[in-house]
Amino acid sequence: MYATNYHRPSSIAEAVALQSSSDEAKYVSGGMTLIPTMKQRLAAPSDLVDLRHIAELKGISVNGSRVRIGAGTTHAEVSASPELAAACPAICHLATHIGDPHVRHMGTIGGSIANNDPAADYPSAMLALGATIVTNAREIPADDFFTGLFETALEDGEIVVAVTFDAPAKAGYSKFPNPASRYAMTGVFVAKAEGGGVRVAVTGAGANGVFRHAGLEAALSADWSADAAASVTVDAGDLLSDIHGSAEYRANLVKVMAKRAAAAA
Amino acid sequence: MAKVAMTVNGRKVSRECEDRTLLVHFIRDQLSLTGTHVGCDTSQCGACVVHMDGKAVKSCSILAAQAAGAEILTIEGLAANGELHPVQAAFKANHGLQCGFCTPGMVMSAVDMINRYGARLDEKTVRENLEGNICRCTGYHNIVKAILAAAEEMGAAGRQAAE
Repeated sequence: MYATNYHRPSSIAEAVALQSSSDEAKYVSGGMTLIPTMKQRLAAPSDLVDLRHIAELKGISVNGSRVRIGAGTTHAEVSASPELAAACPAICHLATHIGDPHVRHMGTIGGSIANNDPAADYPSAMLALGATIVTNAREIPADDFFTGLFETALEDGEIVVAVTFDAPAKAGYSKFPNPASRYAMTGVFVAKAEGGGVRVAVTGAGANGVFRHAGLEAALSADWSADAAASVTVDAGDLLSDIHGSAEYRANLVKVMAKRAAAAA
Repeated sequence: MAKVAMTVNGRKVSRECEDRTLLVHFIRDQLSLTGTHVGCDTSQCGACVVHMDGKAVKSCSILAAQAAGAEILTIEGLAANGELHPVQAAFKANHGLQCGFCTPGMVMSAVDMINRYGARLDEKTVRENLEGNICRCTGYHNIVKAILAAAEEMGAAGRQAAE
């Protein structure tokens, strides 16, 4: 790891000031991606601004149907939250299967979506739930937030403060974990809003990161069932091909994970 | 260089180190507590697991500076008064180790999952919660047995204490 300077702000304002004081500063939340990346010398921020000790980023709340998860909430906290288990158990299920217990004790929802790893689990939930990403500057609909591989709509220095969404009528998540490393080779989050709208988001499979699938959404809108998902044709054209699976293989995984997610919802 | 202070195994410690120093190196090199191991160094294997503020974490993927002010528990801090911790004793009794390299991380993970699940711990849950710990000798079977035996023992001890 290259040398870096560590900072520990106690407020968002202080964090922003620290970040803007250097061209090469980065925010670190749980650090479960950034620290390993720095160890490999694939990232070399001059300064690290630690967001773990900022009270404004903590906490889960459910007001009526509106769910708010602070960006600094760990995967373990989402996994074990009784409020979330009542409002949207699918997101607890998703969080329970990120990484391993030790990673879940550190990694946060804000860090995951700000990093937008194409194989991360949370971006699919945000997109399928039609979530709003609340930053220190504005509110960004999930549809506009995830812009490509490791790319988001966040401006330099902008901090994800929380995510909010309406509790769905039903939702489910299913992923096919890489057999060795357990990241989502394909993960599908399906959600039906209280108003009836269906959204389906796919992670791990897209060549350009997380995406919604119109065919699966139409099929599940008409008939929420595994059979309906199975009837959809998934085009392999925009999917990833790598040593772990071809685009055609992932196209089939999208369908199978959608079937399982719909059945689990 | 900055002064990093934390509590390790109940003892307040403070050392000068670079901001890029990993917690595992702080523990091993600065504090000479070499029971915590570096296995894969890529946050996969879990040989470096310690508890930070009561939760199992991978000390190879955390900076010492991030842990400043925290309570750290390492494998050296488990045994009390010369008696093995029940999880350590169960690993010994159930042959839950062979070469022993992964064992400190396995034991710290086991204590963490027993803390979280208590009497609800079953074989499936143990195996799922060993996701972040790799052992190349035992085939895991005796590790799982040891953790279940320890959970039962600790549950029984807890019930006795409550009575």
